[in-house]
Amino acid sequence: MAGATLSATTANGAATAQPATQLANSFVSKLVIIVPYAFLVIFFLVPFFIVFKISLSQTVIAMPPYTPAFNFGGGLSGIIDQLKQLNFDNYIFLTEDPLYINAYFTSVIVAGISTLLTLLVGYPIAYGMSRAPATLRPTLLMLVILPFWTSFLIRVYAWIGILKPEGLLNQLLLSTGIISEPLIILNTYTAIFIGIVYSYLPFMILPLYSALEKMDYSLVEAAQDLGCPPITAFWKITFPMSLPGVLAGCLLVFIPAVGEFVIPDLLGGSQTLMIGRTLWNEFNNNRDWPVSSAVAVLLLLVLIVPIVIFQHAQARAQEQGR
Amino acid sequence: MKSLGSIRRDFAPWNDPNAKPYIQFENVTKRFGDFVAVNNLSLTIYEREFFALLGASGCGKSTLLRMLAGFEQPTSGRILLDGENLAGTPPYRRPVNMMFQSYALFPHMTVEKNIAFGLKQEGMPRADVEKRVAEMLKLVKLEPFAKRKPHQLSGGQRQRVALARSVAKRPKVLLLDEPLGALDKKLREETQFELMDLQQELGLTFVVVTHDQEEAMTMADRIAIMDKGEVMQVATPAEVYEAPASRFVANFVGNVNMFEGKVAERTEKNATITGATGAQILVENAGDASAGANVAFAIRPEKIRISSAKPDGLANALEGEVYDIAYLGDMTVYHVKLSDGQIVRAQSMNAARISDDPLTWNDRAWVSFRPDAGVVLTR
Repeated sequence: MAGATLSATTANGAATAQPATQLANSFVSKLVIIVPYAFLVIFFLVPFFIVFKISLSQTVIAMPPYTPAFNFGGGLSGIIDQLKQLNFDNYIFLTEDPLYINAYFTSVIVAGISTLLTLLVGYPIAYGMSRAPATLRPTLLMLVILPFWTSFLIRVYAWIGILKPEGLLNQLLLSTGIISEPLIILNTYTAIFIGIVYSYLPFMILPLYSALEKMDYSLVEAAQDLGCPPITAFWKITFPMSLPGVLAGCLLVFIPAVGEFVIPDLLGGSQTLMIGRTLWNEFNNNRDWPVSSAVAVLLLLVLIVPIVIFQHAQARAQEQGR
Repeated sequence: MKSLGSIRRDFAPWNDPNAKPYIQFENVTKRFGDFVAVNNLSLTIYEREFFALLGASGCGKSTLLRMLAGFEQPTSGRILLDGENLAGTPPYRRPVNMMFQSYALFPHMTVEKNIAFGLKQEGMPRADVEKRVAEMLKLVKLEPFAKRKPHQLSGGQRQRVALARSVAKRPKVLLLDEPLGALDKKLREETQFELMDLQQELGLTFVVVTHDQEEAMTMADRIAIMDKGEVMQVATPAEVYEAPASRFVANFVGNVNMFEGKVAERTEKNATITGATGAQILVENAGDASAGANVAFAIRPEKIRISSAKPDGLANALEGEVYDIAYLGDMTVYHVKLSDGQIVRAQSMNAARISDDPLTWNDRAWVSFRPDAGVVLTR
C-alpha cells in the first residue's frame, strides 16, 4: 500500500514537471541527431553525387577535364539540356575491359586473404589479452594502439626497408645462414599481405578483445564441467560467443583493404593490380576523371554489401544481448 | 527419546563407524600466493548426503568446492571421491557436476541445448539425449520453455535450467555454488524445498556452498561451518544450533547470549559459572570445562523466560531492566540490561493473544532459564 502511494506521487510529480522540459528535450534530441546527419550529407552525400555525376560525363581535354561542366547560366532548359548529355558509357566501358574486372576481383581476393590472415594473427593476441591479469590489460591495450602514434605512411615505408632484397630481414637471415640467397618479398603479393596484416591488426584485435573480455569465463568452466576438454570448450563456447567480434574485426579490415592504395603501391610494385591503384592511375596518369569516378562508384557498391551485412549482424547481436 | 532440536534423523551415516566415506578431504591446503584460502582441512561427506559449506565470503568454502570440481588444485593434501584420488583428473573427466552461482548458461543455445550439452559431450545416442532432456525439463517444470534462449527467461527459470543441466548427466556428486543467491526471498524459500525434494528423488549427493545460514539449516543434513580456511564445526543443523562447538559457531549461527566467566565449581555433570560481577549460573552437562577455566555460557534467546517477578523453581534467574522491546507479531524480542551492563536478549513466542504479564520499557524484569538450556564453551 505504501509502495503504491509512493509511486503514485512520483508519477504525479513527473507529470507536472513534464510540459516545460518536454519541449526543450525533444528540441535538444533532434539537434543532437541533426548534427551528424548534416555532416554526412555535406561531406559524404554531396561529394558522392558530384563524383557520380562526373562518372556519367565524357572526358575532354579542358578545364575541368570532363563534359558537360555544369553551369546554371542557361536556366532550367539549359540544365535539362546538360542532363541529357549524361550516360552510362563509362560503366559499360569498365565491364568491357578485363583490366578493371581483374582489378576488382584481385582486390577482393587480396583483401579476403589478408583479412583471414589478420584474424589468425589477431585472435590469439586478443584472447591472450582478455585472459591477462586485469591490471595488465590497459597496458596491453595501449601497446596495440601505440603504432597509430606514427604516421601510417612512414610505417609502410619502414616495411620497404625490412623487406627489400638487401633489407633488414634478408640481412638477418643471410647472416644467420638460414638462407643463402636473399628472399624476394618486396613487390609481390606476399609483401601486400604482410603490409595489410601489419597495418590493420589493431582493427582486428580491438573488437575481438572487447567481445572476449566481456565473456563470462565461468561459461568455459561450465563447459569443462559438463565434459568438454579445453579445445572443445573453445570451439563450442568461446568462439561462437566471440563471433560478433570476429565479424566486426573482419569487416573493419576487409572494407578498407579492398580499396587500399598505399600498401599495394609501395610494397606491391608495378605487377600487382588492385583497384585502388587502378583508380589512382586513371585519375592522375590518364587524367580520365569520368572513368576514375565510375571506378570509385563501383568500388563503393562493392563495399556497401559487406557493410550492410555487418550492420545487420550488429543489430542482431544487440537484439540478442538484451 | 530425547534429542537435540525438534527433528529425529534416521539418515545419519556420520554416526555409523562402518559407513563408507564418499568424499574425503585429507589435510587439504590451498594457497593463492601468500593467501591461505584453505588451511589443512579434513572433511568427510557420505553418499546421498545433503552437505552444506557455510561461512562468510572469503572463508574458503567456494575454493573447496572448486577443488572438488577440479578448477583448482590443492597445494597439498588430497581429495578422494568414492575411494579414488582425484588429483590429476581434469574437470571434464570428474564424475561431478557443478551448478554455478552465475548459472553460466550458454547464451547462444536454447534451454534444450543447454541441458543436452553435457549428454552430447559424453557421446550419448541422440534418442537417449532427447529422452533425458524431456525428463529433465519435466523435473524442473520448464517444458513450455524448451526452445527459449536463456535471456528470454526469468531469474527463477534460469536457475532451474542451470539445475537441470547440472543433474542431466546424473553425476555422483552435484556441487551447488550459492544456488539461490540470485533469487528473491520468497522464491528462495520455495526453491529450497524443491532442491531437497529433487535430491531425495534423484538420490544424489549434494554439496552446497552458501553464506545464508537459514538456507543451510533448511536444506542440509549436515553443515560445515568455515572460517579463515578452516572448519569450525561439522554437525547437523540442530547440533550446530543447540550445541555449538565454539564461541565463533555460537555467534555465527542465529542469535545468542554469551556470558563470559570462570568455572567456580565442577561436579561430574554440572558446573557453576561465576560471571565478572559475581552472578552465578548453574549449568547441566558442562562438557569438558574444568574448574577454574575461563569459559563462556551461551544461551539462545528463545530459551530465556522473561517475567516481572522472580520465578520460582528455576535455578538461574538474573534481574535487570527492560531496555528495548521489539514486537514482531509471532514473537516479542526483549533486550534486558543486567546490573553489570550486559544486555540479554530474550525472545518469547506470542502463543496467546492476550498476555498475563505485559512488560514495558524500563520495567524491572527477571530473565530465567533452565540449567540445560545453554552450553558451556571453552573455545
